[in-house]
Amino acid sequence: MTIGLGHYLAVAAILFTLGILGIFLNRKNIIVILMSIELILLSVNINLVAFSTFLGDIVGQVFALLVLTVAAAEAAIGLAVLVVYFRNRGSIAVEDVNLMKG
Amino acid sequence: MILPALFFYLFAAACVASAVMVIVSRNPVHSVLFLILAFVNAAGLFILMGAEFLGMMLIVVYVGAVAVLFLFVIMMLDVDFVELREGFIQYLPIGIVIGGIFMFELLLVVGAWVINPAVTKTITAAIPTNVSNTEALGLVLYTKYIHYFQLAGMVLLVAMIGAIVLTLRHKAKVKRQNINVQNARTPEMAMAMRKVASGQGLQDADAAEWVK
Repeated sequence: MTIGLGHYLAVAAILFTLGILGIFLNRKNIIVILMSIELILLSVNINLVAFSTFLGDIVGQVFALLVLTVAAAEAAIGLAVLVVYFRNRGSIAVEDVNLMKG
Repeated sequence: MILPALFFYLFAAACVASAVMVIVSRNPVHSVLFLILAFVNAAGLFILMGAEFLGMMLIVVYVGAVAVLFLFVIMMLDVDFVELREGFIQYLPIGIVIGGIFMFELLLVVGAWVINPAVTKTITAAIPTNVSNTEALGLVLYTKYIHYFQLAGMVLLVAMIGAIVLTLRHKAKVKRQNINVQNARTPEMAMAMRKVASGQGLQDADAAEWVK
């Protein structure tokens, strides 16, 4: 009953799939879409750390740290865009984003 | 020996269950709270794997910053979230089909891989056994990967400036203090001395200058 690399990869795969499913299910709610993207990035981080520890190479953890940084920056920028969009349109429905359609 | 496996299944089950709740929850506030739970359990998984620093960093960065940011934005925006959930049932079949195909492919990959034995020769920085995980990470992060570290700082700086530029707005009606103008003000600019004749008051000829 030892927990190997495959177990962690399976958890990461399930989380990744749930993130993608979340983007499909909440097509209108962009806040939940952003949260789904965070879930996807988390599963990527689990993959990186799992390979890092099971192969004995610490570079994977360095890379996971960089992914963490980019995820935080992405969340901040995404929410800022969301706030500006809400001020302009009074709604955050993704289907209303057609200002640039011409 | 059984304890790590027990904790793995505990953390993994809680992580997956809260991830499910994130995407199906009716209230976005509940979604954020379940996202926090998912991140805390993922941090537990990281610690189980031996990446203690990243586990703690996950709690600090995600729970402390990102999730609070999400909560703040959700509570700030006055949005009818019930309306946004329309189409949930409509998109459920296609979502499950695509998610199922994706999951199937991923499980095929997870079930059928083997590690190339030559990969152990390509390890760039082996995990040292005599120091803690935080120290080991610092030993390579601040020497070999210092440029990536600084680049990460630049990414955060750009994100910070971008978020401020996007959300800052100057209202036209709000009067703000302009210290330079205040300091440049002299008595001559502010007032004028007039000799007013008794019983006549101020003459119309002075009025133009008076209102200035």
